[in-house]
Amino acid sequence: MGYLGGFLVTFRQHGRKNRVTTQYSGGRLFKRKKRSASAMDVKVEKPERLHGRHVLNRYEDGMEKCIGCELCAAVCPAKCIHVRGADNDPDNPTSPGERFGWIYEINYLRCIHCDLCVEACPTEAITETKLFEFSFTNRKDAIYTKNELLVGDDGKPRHMPWEDWRPGEDQHTSAWMRATASAGDASFVGVVSWAGERGYGVRAAEATQAEADSSADTSITSDGTTSSSAQTKSSVTH
Amino acid sequence: MIALDPMLEGDVLWTPLLIVVLKVLVVFVVGLVATMLMVWFERKVIAGMQNRIGPNKAGPFGLLQTLADGIKLFFKEDLLPRRSDKFVFALAPFLSLVPAFLAFAIIPLGGDYRDGNDGVVTWFGVETRVQLADPHIGVLFALAISSIAVYGIMLAGWSSGSKYPLLGSVRASAQMVSYEAALGLSLASVILISGTLSTSGIVAAQSTLTDWHVVATGIVPFIIFLIAATAELNRPPFDLVEAEQELVGGFNTEYSSIRFALFFLAEFMNTVTMSALIVTLFFGGPQPISYGGITLDIPLIPNGLEGTIWLLGKVLVFLYVYVWFRATLPRLRYDQLMDLGWKVLIPGSLAWFMLLAAQRLARNEGWNVFTTTAAAVVVLGACYALLQGAFAISNKTREREGAQF
Repeated sequence: MGYLGGFLVTFRQHGRKNRVTTQYSGGRLFKRKKRSASAMDVKVEKPERLHGRHVLNRYEDGMEKCIGCELCAAVCPAKCIHVRGADNDPDNPTSPGERFGWIYEINYLRCIHCDLCVEACPTEAITETKLFEFSFTNRKDAIYTKNELLVGDDGKPRHMPWEDWRPGEDQHTSAWMRATASAGDASFVGVVSWAGERGYGVRAAEATQAEADSSADTSITSDGTTSSSAQTKSSVTH
Repeated sequence: MIALDPMLEGDVLWTPLLIVVLKVLVVFVVGLVATMLMVWFERKVIAGMQNRIGPNKAGPFGLLQTLADGIKLFFKEDLLPRRSDKFVFALAPFLSLVPAFLAFAIIPLGGDYRDGNDGVVTWFGVETRVQLADPHIGVLFALAISSIAVYGIMLAGWSSGSKYPLLGSVRASAQMVSYEAALGLSLASVILISGTLSTSGIVAAQSTLTDWHVVATGIVPFIIFLIAATAELNRPPFDLVEAEQELVGGFNTEYSSIRFALFFLAEFMNTVTMSALIVTLFFGGPQPISYGGITLDIPLIPNGLEGTIWLLGKVLVFLYVYVWFRATLPRLRYDQLMDLGWKVLIPGSLAWFMLLAAQRLARNEGWNVFTTTAAAVVVLGACYALLQGAFAISNKTREREGAQF
């Protein structure tokens, strides 16, 4: 058919149901079918290493991990991080060591969630959660200050009014960082090189590449459990 | 006599005047609503073809999405580039919007054209046609108006005071001017067959399926008209004017807010108008499908209203075709576009017009139609060979002079 064959290709697609778009949850359709709010509004599963809104972690004793070194701000390609360090009060230190992050702000109108700040951080203070469902209605809300970024006493991220947290979702704050800790050296895979976190303690080591491949497609469901599908990919040969 | 409309013959009274005002209103509103639905239709259909869902949140099936977008655009900040020519910059969107609406005025939107009825309906005791205006020059008006639309795009690009819009508008004017010729020449075939320029006259001449000009003129003028119209509308695959990958956004790069919306509106309005024009010229407009004395009649609906339904159905088919084009065809390169316009469409439509003219002449003069056609084909073949020879020689010359393309 030559040129005209293409018309058939597009025409055949029209009306098919194999759509690549994933529907947003909720909305009019669900209201019309009178489904309950909780049943209709289920978040789609997210990949384990999704880059979401950041948190500033704390040690198990409550000290802040951030030392105010400004490496994250330096590496940020979007220039969305503003950090100023200050000297610790020796009697009442905020973080172990000399300095602490005195000002810490992230502008989410600029952030591109590249995760370079997480990789740059020498103390694993900043990590990314799996939350991206946060839409603010003014520019002030878009700039997260240190108070908003710092995890609470239970080690979980603060919940801003405009953020859509679901139960269990706030447990996933630093999962993927553990894979590439210590500059991503392969010999550190499966080795815990990660200080304990407030609320979690020392997190278990991440699976090695071979293990991860054997239980591929690991993703996080909205109720906080990590589900891995049974489908097995061929393991990578080294 | 200004118009062929029987309503406006003799003294102009209050009722005809009111009817005209009513028509203007209806055409304007129908135009706007049709454009709104067209945007939705295009997004939905192209989404379907690309395995997506398309707008589905605002209103039932996302029907109100365009309205929501329009309201948003109204409230957006209106930016005026510092280096722009302020007056022309503000004028350009209207220069492209007004022709879009004007062209819609001459489309017969309904009426009973069966049994030589001439599309006349009776409203409030006055005989009239279901179209805003039916001037003698008819389709020439459409052509004239569609070329005025070039000014809107050209001035928009020129007044923006920035590079990409200028490039986009230069492309646009070159493209629209070259395809105008093919458009007009394929139209000439229709006029030759129907013997009138008036749109209602053209519709009245297509009472049966074999009289539809797509059949009566042979299919070639229709195909050329369809391609040239697509280019005239700057729609894909001829959307070099706003080739996003090359020109950021083309002529409307510097436009924002409601000014941009006006360009957008004009573009889709033109698509609707052009589809309606194609239906009017080649597919019998409001005429029902009728072949060999059998007419497909929709029961229980008066013939006048039925015309509108037929027109709507036919226009929808062409709107779908335009979206289909967009989903299927990749954009042409600029030299391919010009080659297609000047080396294929214009000679092609001219040759076909000559062939039809020869046949008509043979019939009028009582010559043998087959002999005349054969002679015409031979002459046109010779012309084709000459044309190809000219192309070959110019190619050689170009290569010898060391051109890079």
